[in-house]
Amino acid sequence: MAFQPVILWTDALIYLLLGLAAAMVWYTRRHEHLAAPWQRVARSRTGQAAMVVLLFYVVVGVLDTLHFNPKSGVDDQGEPIYSTEVLSLFDHIAGSLRTQREKTYSAPFATHLFSKENIEQPDGSMLRDYPRLIYGGAHLQLGDDSKLQDIALKALSGALKGGAVWLMLLIVICRANRDRLARLLGGRLRNPWHVGAWTAFGLALLLGALWELSAFYHVLGTDKVGEGVFFQSLKSIRTGLVIGTLTTLVMLPAAILLGIMAGYFRGWVDDVIQYLYTTLNSIPGVLLIAAAVLMMQIYMSNHEDDFNSVTERADLRLLFLCLILGVTSWTSLCRLLRGEALKLKELEYVQAARAFGVGNFRILLRHVLPNVMHIVLITIVLDFSGLVLAEAVLSYINIGVDPATNSWGNMINGARLELAREPVVWWSLLAAFVFMFTLVLAANLFSDVVRDAFDPRLRQQR
Amino acid sequence: MTAYIVRRMLYALPILLGVNALTFVLFFVVNSPDDMARMHLGNKRVTAEAVQAWKQEHGYEKPLLINHSAQGADMLTDTILYEKSLRLFLFDFGQSDSGRDISHDISQRMWPSLAIAVPTLLVGLAVNITFALLLAFFRASYLDFWGVVLCVAMMSISSLFYIIGGQFLVGKLLNLVPISGYDTGLHAWKFMVLPVVVGIVGSIGSGTRWYRTLFLEEIHRDYVRSARAKGLSEHWVLFRHVLRNALIPILTGVVVVLPLLFIGSLLTESFFGIPGLGSYTIDAINRQDFAIVRAMVFLGAVLYIIGLLLTDISYTMVDPRVRLD
Repeated sequence: MAFQPVILWTDALIYLLLGLAAAMVWYTRRHEHLAAPWQRVARSRTGQAAMVVLLFYVVVGVLDTLHFNPKSGVDDQGEPIYSTEVLSLFDHIAGSLRTQREKTYSAPFATHLFSKENIEQPDGSMLRDYPRLIYGGAHLQLGDDSKLQDIALKALSGALKGGAVWLMLLIVICRANRDRLARLLGGRLRNPWHVGAWTAFGLALLLGALWELSAFYHVLGTDKVGEGVFFQSLKSIRTGLVIGTLTTLVMLPAAILLGIMAGYFRGWVDDVIQYLYTTLNSIPGVLLIAAAVLMMQIYMSNHEDDFNSVTERADLRLLFLCLILGVTSWTSLCRLLRGEALKLKELEYVQAARAFGVGNFRILLRHVLPNVMHIVLITIVLDFSGLVLAEAVLSYINIGVDPATNSWGNMINGARLELAREPVVWWSLLAAFVFMFTLVLAANLFSDVVRDAFDPRLRQQR
Repeated sequence: MTAYIVRRMLYALPILLGVNALTFVLFFVVNSPDDMARMHLGNKRVTAEAVQAWKQEHGYEKPLLINHSAQGADMLTDTILYEKSLRLFLFDFGQSDSGRDISHDISQRMWPSLAIAVPTLLVGLAVNITFALLLAFFRASYLDFWGVVLCVAMMSISSLFYIIGGQFLVGKLLNLVPISGYDTGLHAWKFMVLPVVVGIVGSIGSGTRWYRTLFLEEIHRDYVRSARAKGLSEHWVLFRHVLRNALIPILTGVVVVLPLLFIGSLLTESFFGIPGLGSYTIDAINRQDFAIVRAMVFLGAVLYIIGLLLTDISYTMVDPRVRLD
């Protein structure tokens, strides 16, 4: 084999999450009353557009999750030797985007470095000037004024390619039926799928152009160590998604179990659980996170030998951050579920089940749990954007992800001080801003749609 | 009323004990004082004597829970648990790891924090309520729709960008006020303007949207319909009826954060170089000064519990339907 698969801790949890999501989709499709709210989501134009954008982020994140060790050679017996470097499928696809490194900062679409250096001339003398970039715009002739024209042409051809891919995908989805395709794009279906399709079209054009250009230029410039900012931003997607989803995933079992137990059993169980979450809740979140992360840093620096590689350490730190964020955020869901379970307990069907002699555990599982799931779902979706934003803030105060991990917070942190430079190094900030804003905006819009579709209280108001 | 307050304060005691136990476990059990000493002394090749000396110097040399070498009550009091953790209940925060008196630092640094946090809260509240009323007044119109869209967009921007953007625009491009720093007395105003404005702008998105929801909830109530049926004008209904009733959840939401204003905002203070408790905490985190972080965690919990108590009391004052018994 040309590679050896690697499964990091967060990878395993992401696979678990994907598995759960697939199981949920399968189960929902077979039950009409569960599928109905999703129908309402699909009927919303905003929901359609937001879903497409989120889907793009998820695809990049999942591609970036499939990790492996590449083959680096063959030993005497012909057995392959694998490098210790951990790559992801996304790294592999990105190819030159990852490897084309410059020396230091360079502006977007620049052909020269950002700072002056001593360059040795062919005749041996030294000249102080902006050196030419190794990769950025390397195909251009010196003194050639055709850069703008070249960029426009490449962007156009890239956009055309993106559009072609989009069209092909749609044809596959419509099973090569021309009538179906026309109805989809013309918005003549029951659900506004055309909004989603045209959003995807815009996204395809943009990505196609960027992808084509990035083979010849650094479209978003390079950072301090010369790494492409576009690549960094794309790599950061996985970190953002991991924080936004795994945090909720790891806290869900505790929040659901304790929440419905407190509401259903009352008495001392309720007292203990309420005490637990009031205590945790009374510590301001940032301070608790700071304290826990500090302790973890000490533990990690005192037990350096326990970690095989930098990647593994950074990954565990990311997982731990999810855990500690989960500890601070499960309390609100737990309280909501407790209140709901209190209400459900008094309803006729639960009373009837009890009168028939159904056991407590069975009642919780069959009658209470399915009826609080809409709250759980709404919370998952609503929490997501807040967690993505929190990551950036925490990384800024050095209690976030590992400095070796690509994340928008780390990008902002690195670029912040460079604003004082003259001229300003703005592209890292801009890239982090655009990528974060798009994700969080899409998540916010989507969560509004999901909440409207799932909350029975809101539905009655209409 | 007094009986209620006393009872609530007694309820707070077990919670604070829980917070205390949690910080004790986090700071002394997960990592022993030896680990902390090694961390501070630089990990590699640290002699046992150096570790011992560091612990001696910072008062971490005692046993954690029970001191077997002491007599009588000292067996319990001459320990880290008592000296470092339970003392917090007397608001005796002890010394920081760099040897400064934490209580004194806190009493000094809470004023700049308040000077930033109080105007941010009050002006922000006024701005958000004004915008929310405006959107509620023009509900279901284009203004309302685009207002909400704008709010969602503003909510989606990280607070880091508000701060960086504000500093860059106002401080660097326009050169109106200094980017960061602080001054004593009344001269502080020009250092306060930017953080306050940035704080308010950053809160507009979520604040306006939340208050608008509250107003709209009230607008659909029966008493509002009766008021309109009486022939009252729309703005009279909005100000006299809707605003006053919607203020109940708004006020109680504000009261709970009042005590926490002392601590200030971690981000704002460290970006703008304001010598308040927020930047104090950030500095402590970066210097890995555990005594300060421990003290701030405890202080934060105490203030939060006070906030909850104040919330309950304020409920009875603004809403005659609620009684404390």
